[in-house]
Amino acid sequence: MLEIKNVSKTFNPGTVNAKTALNGLNLTLNDGDFVTVIGGNGAGKSTMLNAVAGTIQVDTGSIVLDGRDITRLPEFKRAAYLGRVFQDPMMGTAATMQIEENLALADRRGQRRTLKKGITAADREHYIEQLKILDLGLENRMTAKVGLLSGGQRQALTLLMATLQKPELLLLDEHTAALDPKTAAKVLEATQRIVEKNNLTTMMITHNMRDAITYGNRLIMMYDGHVAVDVSGEEKKHLTVEQLLELFSKASGSDEADDKLLLS
Amino acid sequence: MFFSSLLNAAPGAIAQGMLWGIMAIGVYITYRILDVADLTVDGSLATGGAVCIMLMRAGCNPWLALLCAFLVGMLAGMVTGLLHTRCGIPAILAGILTQLALYSVNLRIMGSKSNQPISVDKYNLVVSQRFVKELSLRNPLIPAIVTLAVLIGILYWFFGTEYGSGLRATGANRRMASAQGIDTRVTVTVGLMLSNGLVALSGALLAQYQGAVDVNMGRGAIVIGLAAVIIGEVLLGKVFRNFALKLCAVVIGAVIYYMVLQIVLQLGLNTNDLKLFTAAIVALFLSIPCWKDSVRTKKGGVRNA
Repeated sequence: MLEIKNVSKTFNPGTVNAKTALNGLNLTLNDGDFVTVIGGNGAGKSTMLNAVAGTIQVDTGSIVLDGRDITRLPEFKRAAYLGRVFQDPMMGTAATMQIEENLALADRRGQRRTLKKGITAADREHYIEQLKILDLGLENRMTAKVGLLSGGQRQALTLLMATLQKPELLLLDEHTAALDPKTAAKVLEATQRIVEKNNLTTMMITHNMRDAITYGNRLIMMYDGHVAVDVSGEEKKHLTVEQLLELFSKASGSDEADDKLLLS
Repeated sequence: MFFSSLLNAAPGAIAQGMLWGIMAIGVYITYRILDVADLTVDGSLATGGAVCIMLMRAGCNPWLALLCAFLVGMLAGMVTGLLHTRCGIPAILAGILTQLALYSVNLRIMGSKSNQPISVDKYNLVVSQRFVKELSLRNPLIPAIVTLAVLIGILYWFFGTEYGSGLRATGANRRMASAQGIDTRVTVTVGLMLSNGLVALSGALLAQYQGAVDVNMGRGAIVIGLAAVIIGEVLLGKVFRNFALKLCAVVIGAVIYYMVLQIVLQLGLNTNDLKLFTAAIVALFLSIPCWKDSVRTKKGGVRNA
């Protein structure tokens, strides 16, 4: 369970460029929740994810994961509990290393790295089985450098790496935004499959409202650094894009919101 | 005449190239694996020489003196690493600061003298220039080859371990390494320590080989190291794919560098112009990828296609 309690973050405080990205944010994720997150540019979606991941330090409030207060924990320590896929396909993998080496690195997330062999024969077999789930033929290219893969393949690999050691929370930061529609659909499918199979608690930022409705059991919309709309269960299942826009206008108290959300 | 004198100079060039090869492997670790340009090496090379020679003059066993040089080199690398990772100083600047500080430290180690000799007649040196053309076990090429083989073996093993892989990941993609739970502040520091340990070891062997340590012996070392790395990559990068072979390529690069140096010296290059020549060679090789790119673009090819 993830509890974000009254979290605020202002970038460049005290300057003309001061920007309040998170403004008294409260959010609780139950175990097994698959939450999709939408909102206009600057609504604080990515900042929220980065705050949870530890890439940025928050000003006030607390972040508690499965009863552990991780608010002040450095990024590399939180990594033991978190799986992450970034928007940029280049970000989640080491391009100059082989597919199996990348997987082996991810497989030891949260463990002490010792002077034992980096990849064992048993590891290799395990990775081949896992790669088959992606259905991209990567299991036959275990020693290929990741830099040779396409953006979609890299994103799928990053997804597998993020879930190889079951994370307590999976963070997806618009992980299909940089891909062409066909590839994006494939990666989203794989996401759905992996999340369901492992019953992962997941937070997925997306700019695609339809995806936000299709995937997950809960949808939140952010506005001005806090959660403006929060729907789940049956209500979410029957949601339409039009209703979503209406909900958002009501929550933000503005008509312009539609355009801002749609155009971003 | 030209060829006979060149042949005469070849064993010396090879031996020197191999000893510098150890240093070049250190540069490879930072520049290629860790993706950090570390300028500490200009100072830590002489530090290694100074520690080794002064210990031996005080009666220390030569192998133990080499080990101490390695350890003190690691300490120098740690200073750079901490300045970079804990104080937020850019890596290049952190290296320059340590390098500058080491100049004073080296003079201290050397008893405030800028040069300290060690005579091959009085001390049991591991490598010495005097025997470089001798067909015997005293020939410095033998310990040089053995040392290189052992070092490359150890590094090959280390970079294949869980920890070593973490270090490589840090260089390949620091954010990814962080997201996989690697404390990159530690891995970067460990990489710098390993690198400077090797550089100091190289300096220690070079000082023994020359029969003296000089406080200025490391000046421009980084450029020689880079030259070795780049020459090795340009000439052998397509053939040598295995990591151990890549390290061999670096050493071969260093040997080639010293051979070329011998040739241009025989051709009448003024020794004072040597550093200019070296810098020009390295600048040339470093610009090749960029030029290749622009030539391809001009020919109508599409970049990033």
